[in-house]
Amino acid sequence: MISCKDITELITDYLEGTMSFVDRLSFTMHIAMCPPCKRYVEQMKLTVATTGEIPSEPLPEHVESELMTIFQDWKAGS
Amino acid sequence: MNDPKVHSPADLELARRILAGDEAAFRDLVAQHHTSMVRLAAMYCGTPPVANEVAQEAWLAVLKGLPKFEGRSALKTWIYRILVNRAKTRGQREGRQIPFSALGSDDEGPSLDPSRFSNKGKWSEAPQTWEATTPEDMLQRKEAMAALEQALTELPERQRMVVTLRDIDGWESEDVCNVLEISETNQRVLLHRGRTKLRSILEGHLSGR
Repeated sequence: MISCKDITELITDYLEGTMSFVDRLSFTMHIAMCPPCKRYVEQMKLTVATTGEIPSEPLPEHVESELMTIFQDWKAGS
Repeated sequence: MNDPKVHSPADLELARRILAGDEAAFRDLVAQHHTSMVRLAAMYCGTPPVANEVAQEAWLAVLKGLPKFEGRSALKTWIYRILVNRAKTRGQREGRQIPFSALGSDDEGPSLDPSRFSNKGKWSEAPQTWEATTPEDMLQRKEAMAALEQALTELPERQRMVVTLRDIDGWESEDVCNVLEISETNQRVLLHRGRTKLRSILEGHLSGR
């Protein structure tokens, strides 16, 4: 039997879909019977989804213009 | 167009547009990747100014190498490989270690505080229900979101890089392994530890009672 502690260590393998069939089965059976672990899995999924909402840092204007200069020079030279 | 070796016809088309001098196409590409490239380069060669320089050199190398891009990998992966190679050379010249050559002490050991479990591995301090259940709810929780962003910047750099590429930039694990030259297993360890820490931070802000 896998423990609650195991669930918290195996969760990424579970979410990544890299578990063997048997391990996946014991994982899903555990969370079906253990509300705190089920909650933990839901919270981890929510964490991943929320991290995805963090906006990427915008490119500072002066950096963009430096890069566009590189592009212009390359274009002029090619 | 149906060459089976071509990974993404759209990328090939984008490369063709840039080669033809399409400024807007290049601007989009740069806007999408440059900041992330600087962050990655910094892991190999130190300070942000050097990293920015390396990323700029990489862009020039990308432009010059573009005629050789055959679309066998995603354009993004191809660009980042050029970047990493340059950053590595630069870092080695300055005597720095390659950041992903091995996992560090931050990446080992139990991910959650062991005191949360009994010695049989059952929860002794179980997770509580959160006051938010969807990403939309979360976005309303400004304080929790700010803490999450802060926590991301404070992750050990390897974990931060993997979490950023996977969960913010939406990369596939295969591409991450490819660019960072790490095994699937190590990639998963870094992702796991980073995500576990971020969850703990949110837990501190959202656990109701």
